Amino acid sequence: MSTSAGKTSKGHRVMGRPDLYTSYRQDMAMLNTRPKQLGVLAIIAVAAILPLTVTDDLLKILGTGLVLAIGAIGLNLLTGYAGQVSLGHAFFVGVGAYAASAVAGDPDGRQIGFGIDIVPVWILAGGLAAAVTGAIVAPLATRLRGLYLAIVTLGLVFIGGYFFNEWRDLTGGPQVGREAPAPVILGSELTRNGAFTQEQKLYWLFLVVLIICAVLARNIGRSRIGRAFAAVRDRDVAAGVMGVDLSRYKLIAFVLSSFFAGVCGSLLFVANGTFGPERFGLLLSVQFIAMVLIGGVATVSGSIMGAMLIALLPRIASELPGFLPFITSNANEHPNIFEVELALYGLLIIAFLLFEPRGLFGIWMRVRTYWKSFPFSY
Amino acid sequence: MTGFLTAVSSGVGQGSIYILLALGFVIIYKSMQVISFAQPAFMMAGAILVSYLAPRLGFWLAVIVGAIGIAAVALVVERLAIRPMVGKQVFVIAIITIGVDIVVRVIAGAFVGADPRLVGDPWGLDAWNVGGVTIQHRHVAALVAATIIVLLLMLFFQRSPLGLAMRAAALDQEAAMAQGVSVGQVFAISWALAGGLAAIAGVFASAGNPIDTNLWVVALAALPVIILGGLDSLGGAVVGGLIVGVVEALVRAYHSDLFPGLSTNSGYLAPYVVMLLVLLLRPQGLFGTKEVERV
Repeated sequence: MSTSAGKTSKGHRVMGRPDLYTSYRQDMAMLNTRPKQLGVLAIIAVAAILPLTVTDDLLKILGTGLVLAIGAIGLNLLTGYAGQVSLGHAFFVGVGAYAASAVAGDPDGRQIGFGIDIVPVWILAGGLAAAVTGAIVAPLATRLRGLYLAIVTLGLVFIGGYFFNEWRDLTGGPQVGREAPAPVILGSELTRNGAFTQEQKLYWLFLVVLIICAVLARNIGRSRIGRAFAAVRDRDVAAGVMGVDLSRYKLIAFVLSSFFAGVCGSLLFVANGTFGPERFGLLLSVQFIAMVLIGGVATVSGSIMGAMLIALLPRIASELPGFLPFITSNANEHPNIFEVELALYGLLIIAFLLFEPRGLFGIWMRVRTYWKSFPFSY
Repeated sequence: MTGFLTAVSSGVGQGSIYILLALGFVIIYKSMQVISFAQPAFMMAGAILVSYLAPRLGFWLAVIVGAIGIAAVALVVERLAIRPMVGKQVFVIAIITIGVDIVVRVIAGAFVGADPRLVGDPWGLDAWNVGGVTIQHRHVAALVAATIIVLLLMLFFQRSPLGLAMRAAALDQEAAMAQGVSVGQVFAISWALAGGLAAIAGVFASAGNPIDTNLWVVALAALPVIILGGLDSLGGAVVGGLIVGVVEALVRAYHSDLFPGLSTNSGYLAPYVVMLLVLLLRPQGLFGTKEVERV
C-alpha cells in the first residue's frame, strides 16, 4: 500500500521523453530535467574550482558579486515574485551589516561589539536584525501599492541613512566606517593566509552561503508562499478574492527580502572591505534594482547573473580605456571610467527593460530554445 | 519670534522650489499615471545649462533658454525611452525613469567641473531686514516666479486647446482619443513641461550658492510634497510645497533645541517624516483622488 502510493506520487521517467512528467511532484522539482541537474552541478563545480585558477584581485570582485547576489535574490523575492517595488533595499543591507559587525566586533574596540566571531552566528544575527526591521516597517508598507511603496521606501533610505550617520558608536560615522566582522570557522580565522589565501577561503565561504540562500529562495518560490506572491503580483484584487491574505503575504515578502538583505549586508564588509555608512544610500538600492532587472525578474539564477555583472561593472569600466581611447581613467577629465560605470547602470536598466524585459535569464532562455530545436527555428 | 518668521520666510522660498518640482511630477502623473524619477536629473541639468548660458545671454534670457533646452531634452527622453513602454506596467516605466535619471545626471555632472559654477542670479545672499526678520531676496524671487508660473499654467490648462486636451486625456484617455486628442502629443507636452519646470526649479535652488553636485537630492524632497498634496492634484502640489518647505525650514531652524543629541541637522529629513505621517493617516493626500478598487 504505502510502496505503491509512494511510487505513484513520485512518478517515473519515460526513456527518450525528458519533458514528460508523470507526477506533479516531478513537474515541480527544483531541477526538473536531467540537463538542468547536470548543468547546475557543473556550474557549482566550476565556481568551486575557480579560486585555484583566478588571481586574488579578481577573486575579491567575484566574491563581492556572490555576496551581492544574496541581496539581489532577496530583492527579487519582494520585487520579482511578489511585485512590490522597493527602493529601500540598501537600508536593510545596512542594518544587516551593522548588526553582524556589532555581534562579531571587538568588545574593547571603538565601536559597539560583543565579540562573538563565529561565522554562522553573526550571519544569522545580521539576517534576523534586518528581518525584524523589515517586520517593523512592513505594516506601513503593506498598506500601500505600487509607486507609493517605491516612494516610501525611498524615504526609508534617507531616514535610515541619517541614523547610520548619527549613531557613530555603531557605524563609525560618515567617511570612517567600522571594522568588518572577523570570519572565524571552527576556531580558524579565514583572513589569515595559510595553505590558501584569504581571498580564496572567503570566496568559498560566500559560495556556500549563496548556495544555501539560493536553494532557500528557490524553494520559497515553488511553495505555497511563492504561489501566493505570484498571485499578489499579477493581480492583487484577484488574489484577495481567491483567499490570499494580502497584507500577510506582503509582510512575509518584506521580512524574507529583508532577511536576505541582512545576510548580504553581514558579509559585505568582509567581501568588499569596510566603507562608511553613506554607501548604504540610494545608489546601492538602484544597483540592487539593476541586478534584479538585468538578471531577470522572478528568477533566482537571474539574480545571481545580474549581481555578478553589476559587481564586475567597475572592473569592466576600468578596462574600457584600453578599447575606447576617448575614455580616461583620470577622475578630473571627462568622460572618465567612474562616470562611464555610473552611466552604464542607467543604460543597462533602460536597455534591458526596452529590449529584453526578462533580463539575462531571458537571453539564456532564447539561446536554449534555439539549440533545443536546432536546426529548425520552431 | 523673529527667528520663527525668518525660518518661515526661507521655508516659503524653499517651498516655492518644491512647488515647481512637484507641478512637474503631477503633470506627468496625470497624463501617464507614472512618477518620473528623472526630475532630479532635469533639475540639475537645468541649473548647469543656465550656468553656462548666463554669462553670454544674461540671467533672465538664460533661464528661459535653459528651460526650453531642458524641455527639449525631456522631449527626446520621452520619445526614446518612455513612449515604447506605454501600456506596460507603471512600475516598469518608473524604473526606466530611474535609469534615465542616472544617465542624464552623469552627463550633466561631467559639466560641473572643478571650479564653482554660479547660475549668475542677481540676488546672491542679499536680504531685507524687516523688524529683525531676515527675508532673503532669492526666496522672494522664487515665490514670485512660482506664482507667475502657477498662474500661467492655470491659464494654459483652462484656456488653451492643448491644455483642454491634456485635461481630457488625464480624465479618460480612451474617451479623449475618441474625441481626436492625440495622447502621444499629450505625453510629449507633459514631459516637456515637467522638464522646463524642473530646470527653473534648479536655477532657484542653486541661486546664491555654487551648484552642488548633490543638488538633485532637493528634487527628491518634492516626492513627499506630491504625496502630501495628492498625486493628481495641481492645487495640492502648491499647498503641499509650501507646507513641506515651511516645516523643513522650521525643523532646520529649531533642530538643536528639538534634538540636542543629534549633531547633523535633521531638516532634510522633515519632508520624509511628514510623508510617512500623511500616508498613515490619509494615503490619498490632502487633495488627491481616493483610489477606488473595482473588481
